[in-house]
Amino acid sequence: MNMISRIALLSSVACAVSGALASEPFASTYQVPVSSPVLIQGATVLTGTGERLDGADVLIANGRIQAIGKGLAAPGDARVVDAKGKWVTPGLIDIHSHLGVYASPAVKGLDDGNEATAPVTSNVWAEHSVWPQDPGFETALEGGVTTMQILPGSANLIGGRSVVVKNVQGVTYQAMKFPGAVYGLKMACGENPKRVYGEKHQAPSTRMGNVAGYRQAFADAQDYQQQWDKYNRELTEYNKKKAERADGTAKKSKDKDAAADKELVPPSPPKRDLKLETLAEVMKGNIRVHMHCYRSDEMATMLDVADEFGFKIVAFHHAVEAYKIADRLAEKGVCAAMWADWWGFKMEAYDGVQENLAIVDFPERSCAIVHSDSGDGIQRLNQEAAKAMAHGQRAGLTVAPERAIRWLTANPARSLGLQDQIGTLEAGKGADVVIWNGNPFSVYALAEQVFIDGALKFDRAHPPAKPRSDFLLGRHIAEAPL
Amino acid sequence: MKSLYLLVCVAGGIMGTQCAVAQDFVIRGATVHTASAKGTLKNTDVVVRGGLIVAIGSDAGPGATVIDAKGKELTPGLFGGLTDIGLEEIAAEAQTVDSTLNLKSPEWDQQWRPELDVTLAYNPRSFVVPITRIEGVTWTVLVPSAADSIIGGQGSAVVLDGRYDAALAGSRSLFVQMGATGARVAGGTRAAEYMLLEQAIHEARAPGPIGQGALLHAAGREALTRYLTGGRVVFQVDRAADILGVVTFAERNGMKPVILGGAEAWLVAKELAKANVPVILNPLDDLPLDFDRLASTLENAARLQRAGVRIAFSSGDTPQARLVRQLAGNAVAHGLPWESALAAITSTPADIFGLGATHGRIAVGRSADLVLWSGDPLEVTTLADQVWIGGRPVEMQSRQTELRDRYVEKVKAHQAR
Repeated sequence: MNMISRIALLSSVACAVSGALASEPFASTYQVPVSSPVLIQGATVLTGTGERLDGADVLIANGRIQAIGKGLAAPGDARVVDAKGKWVTPGLIDIHSHLGVYASPAVKGLDDGNEATAPVTSNVWAEHSVWPQDPGFETALEGGVTTMQILPGSANLIGGRSVVVKNVQGVTYQAMKFPGAVYGLKMACGENPKRVYGEKHQAPSTRMGNVAGYRQAFADAQDYQQQWDKYNRELTEYNKKKAERADGTAKKSKDKDAAADKELVPPSPPKRDLKLETLAEVMKGNIRVHMHCYRSDEMATMLDVADEFGFKIVAFHHAVEAYKIADRLAEKGVCAAMWADWWGFKMEAYDGVQENLAIVDFPERSCAIVHSDSGDGIQRLNQEAAKAMAHGQRAGLTVAPERAIRWLTANPARSLGLQDQIGTLEAGKGADVVIWNGNPFSVYALAEQVFIDGALKFDRAHPPAKPRSDFLLGRHIAEAPL
Repeated sequence: MKSLYLLVCVAGGIMGTQCAVAQDFVIRGATVHTASAKGTLKNTDVVVRGGLIVAIGSDAGPGATVIDAKGKELTPGLFGGLTDIGLEEIAAEAQTVDSTLNLKSPEWDQQWRPELDVTLAYNPRSFVVPITRIEGVTWTVLVPSAADSIIGGQGSAVVLDGRYDAALAGSRSLFVQMGATGARVAGGTRAAEYMLLEQAIHEARAPGPIGQGALLHAAGREALTRYLTGGRVVFQVDRAADILGVVTFAERNGMKPVILGGAEAWLVAKELAKANVPVILNPLDDLPLDFDRLASTLENAARLQRAGVRIAFSSGDTPQARLVRQLAGNAVAHGLPWESALAAITSTPADIFGLGATHGRIAVGRSADLVLWSGDPLEVTTLADQVWIGGRPVEMQSRQTELRDRYVEKVKAHQAR
């Protein structure tokens, strides 16, 4: 195989994978920091696997959980944390955050969450709006949040790609980006898209208009993919022929060969369409759909739309009515991300109940998730779970702490496809760990120490001298009169 | 407890709406958080007669219904904060919202309507009322707002027992929007808020005909005048400099100011304590959400309390007014003494709105607005077991509990198959 056909073949393989480029742009630059081992001793440990271990130790080294159990030996260079009376959980994961894209202060210049100029903007990527200096990242960390999915807003039927970040300080979002995490696609049901575009006197202005919009977008993406498939077939054919001729070249005369080469025209690739490219990746299962959807009937519609086009919705977000179809969601293996008790602020939120999480959690193979959608709520995900536990209990749906913690850890990790890396405390997993001053399912609970990949990122006993956000530098000087 | 429910609806009220009748009963053996100088009393009886608390610590004598409350905790009915309960069913549906006056006046031809009393729009049949009160919230203060003026109008405290005449006498207040939000309707600068306020006060005090470019109508003059002799004026304001500005302005003009918001109040805590100006805040506000709130901190409540400032809590959220306990609990987690946190959602707001003699405490002679809790009332895992308003037991049901019951049964049945 000569050099040219080798390159052509390589590019053909790349195109077959993504219809586009082999290497993703905007790659993560995050590096696991070097940190010394830590032995957390004598804690109540909620592992996130459904287990509760009392008086247990957790050993962290090289960025990973090394061991969990009683009476673990500390390596010579380990820092030992006496955690008697304290509780230890995996780092919390919020799969619905707008930190950085709707940053504080909420001024026009930082209002970057909704590209509300067209109902389908699958070409936009939330990461390009993320302002790493949002002070909300630091307050979320103080609430024990170590990983979050940042999404575009819900003005559009298809709002764009999400980005999964580690809650670490970074001057760029690439420095926060979770290495290897696949992209999500934000989609939205219901009132928001129909309101935003209906007010502009354009489609969609109704729920039926919404559904027509999703379907047409995916139908267009099917057509786009077919163009690429056709191109890739032609390219393969071309390369094959070219290789055959190259093999024959040695036997034939130079003049004849040149004439034959002229007849062989390489196919031209279709023009890349960033909108349809993303949707094509969704249909191939390379991008995970996260869908804002309040009402149970609309969730059911969207499960059918997903079946029609052969993609999977991994989670419904703001699933205020998920409790009405808890069985169906569990059977389909679809997660529901919920608030504990938000309700009533718009018609599609009118049927909110405080038992939503507990009901959704009840069927076998369920996947209930607590999410925030809020710079305030993300600081207290543990309290959201606690409220839902109390209301579940009263309705006869008891949820033990070792199970409820999964709403904030293992289940969101599953929805992000990161269940093998984070979300539970198991040997070999990334050491995202929170030490709480007591039972985390209490209004008085505070995260005392928060580790990300084994590095201590927040220590309540030794708070940072300066704020993490550049924006807040100088505040203390301005606050103090002469 | 069961027998208590049977009393519900045995006698219709005059208007056919007040089903539950006030009964004489004793709540026996609770841990009683009085929200008064008496603090917390263990294993104590509270005797209710004719809708009032008539004795604490002593038995009611024969005939009274006894409610066994051993191991439970009793508090006064909670303050839901400053909300639009009964004024707003669904915020995003304008048809269901009665909290905001919008005369669509241009900035240069403003009309101020302090005579508007939003209490008149209160709907006790709102679904929000039972949803809120079964969580232990028995009263709220209705907040009016205006889309094109910094004067929102007047609002009163209402009791959430479902009665039509729900306003609590003496609680009526005037509401003024200051800071960056006010500046947007005052002509672009917060300095204009004072300019316009001064103009309105001059008009109110001036006898004679109403001239061109006047802010107030005759009824508005009369209404505003009432607040210039010690009337309670709630100023929504966050920035430290604006808070001091408001306090100075209010004192100069004979108003009794209340600070609502107060994100940066801790920076001027000493001055607020000295002027005895209370602050109604959301203790969860810790993000620099705008340039009026750069100094927001979770320690706002604790710092104000330490400086001697009277504080009450409000999220301002209508459907979620029920979460006021969570505000209080978090303030405790960030340094506020527990008793002060309870006071901030019971006795202090009652005092601020002129209701301290009748509401907000468990004390003899006060209205029997009571909540019996399964545990620590500020803990998020604690729920209300029973609520009484004016001695009447609240039916512990709402549209949400009916939704819950329908679908809990469904999921349990499905899984049992």
